Amino acid sequence: MRAGFRRYSAYRQAALAGVITNSVFGLIRAATLATLFTGATRSSEYTPQQMSTYVWLGQGLLSVVLLWGGWDFAERIRTGHVAVDLYRPWDLQAALLAEEIGRAGYALALRFLPPMIIGLALSEMYLPRDPLIWLLFLISALLSVVISFSLRFMINLAAFWLLDIRGPASMYALVSNLLTGLVLPIWMFPGWAQTAIWATPFPYLLQAPIDVFVEHGSPWRLLGAQLLVTAIVLGAGRLMLRRAEHRLVVQGG
Amino acid sequence: MIIEVEGLRRTFRVSEKAGRFRRSHREVVAVQDVSFTVPEGETLGYVGPNGAGKSTTIKMLTGILVPTAGRVRVCGLDPSRQRKKLARRLGVVFGQRTQLWWDLPLLDSFELLRDIYRVGQTQYRERLDECTELLGLAEFLSTPVRQLSLGQRMRGEITAALLHDPRLLVLDEPTIGLDLESKARLRSFLAELNRTKGTTLLLTTHDLDDIEQLCRRLMVIDHGRVLADGELAGLRGSVAAERTLTVDLQEPADLSGIPGVTAIKADGPRVHLEFLPSEVSAAQLITAVAARAEIRDLAVGEASIEEVIRRLYDLRPAPQA
Repeated sequence: MRAGFRRYSAYRQAALAGVITNSVFGLIRAATLATLFTGATRSSEYTPQQMSTYVWLGQGLLSVVLLWGGWDFAERIRTGHVAVDLYRPWDLQAALLAEEIGRAGYALALRFLPPMIIGLALSEMYLPRDPLIWLLFLISALLSVVISFSLRFMINLAAFWLLDIRGPASMYALVSNLLTGLVLPIWMFPGWAQTAIWATPFPYLLQAPIDVFVEHGSPWRLLGAQLLVTAIVLGAGRLMLRRAEHRLVVQGG
Repeated sequence: MIIEVEGLRRTFRVSEKAGRFRRSHREVVAVQDVSFTVPEGETLGYVGPNGAGKSTTIKMLTGILVPTAGRVRVCGLDPSRQRKKLARRLGVVFGQRTQLWWDLPLLDSFELLRDIYRVGQTQYRERLDECTELLGLAEFLSTPVRQLSLGQRMRGEITAALLHDPRLLVLDEPTIGLDLESKARLRSFLAELNRTKGTTLLLTTHDLDDIEQLCRRLMVIDHGRVLADGELAGLRGSVAAERTLTVDLQEPADLSGIPGVTAIKADGPRVHLEFLPSEVSAAQLITAVAARAEIRDLAVGEASIEEVIRRLYDLRPAPQA
């Protein structure tokens, strides 16, 4: 964890650039949704305050949960550097997860707070009054980080078979943009699609922690579902790692 | 025995395009029927051309590759089944890989490794201080690894591999790309480590000076098979490599026709005679030369290690792929 935090804090300028792009993108989305709102005739499930929170929380969580990127491990497999990871007396999945949580902790301080502050300054946001909700949100966000890690871990591991994972990785980016609730809240999709989307792991990356925070639906049910998804994807990743180790072909001299 | 290998074999399946849709699979044998043992405290050089099977063997010894057949025991463990346990007793240095954290200061990598290997604080301090002194790390301990020179980084890599006090240190091309001074420093450190702590060294290299200066024993592999295994001196004898007798004569003389001599090269009063030690000893040859001319000075040269290894490769015709 410490390594994860320190590794990513080594690049301050990159962080600043990231914050700026992220915030600009947030403003654009907020404006788009506002027009959508005033023009919409259907009854909305979010109040305008909730919608504003949805946008800014999504912007902030984006780099904490890491929807884009995070393919370093596949590169280590491709180049054979994974050999170094494999002869260490550690649980590789746990070690990478620990580094990921460290990275997320860093992102929380530097990539999450700035968009939230900007959001608070520029719009009226929904903030839960019950401190318990804040705590549940933090737990939910942590589970999102673990789920996001686990999904990417499996795609990274695919490099043992495919060597090049650019295909699955860009597919993942495409799908996750839509199905995590980043572009549009999941409840804006037609009913049948909502059921289908909630049956995938994607909404648990972003929509779930946001809904916990804005108190849209039961937070306990959301957290319960997230826990279940976490267990499944972590377990699947573990199985896949075992298979990978067994058929191992470490690349290069 | 710290390493026991018996009948080790590893094959890879390589798929190739055959026709428009069909793919054919071909078995490639990387290592076949390799057997050897290494006693505790040994220094073993493992050499062979690129693709000979060196790295594949190392990967099976460290447990990151599962053998197709054969038996491997390292530090009394089955590497692929007990990889994590083995990792605590084994140090590995890959010349072309790094186990340090690229963006962090060198010292941070050491501290992370201390946590990963669960090394006690006092032992950690002791070993780090020792390496810092012997390898001269002090000036760049707080420099991020990516800013280190290759020589500095390799010193860091060796330290990283030794923090948990392994009984066996495996080095895969440790001196690759280093300048002469860095190589010399690394070699003398490793020799010292072997002498004072009895750490077993197994190293693969293309730099035969590494072997000459560090390894009592040499193992040569090619096409996945062990061609030779033994002490360097013994191997020299077994391939019957020529030795050279160089004599400075008082006056030019005809030295042709001495039995066992395979070539004569005259260079003014200095004459180089190549001879086969199996047919004539250096002492006999000197006597024979002295009978024909007065010798002012002489020197006997060994076949170079390159020559020995080249001959070992030549002994074995390459099998058809």
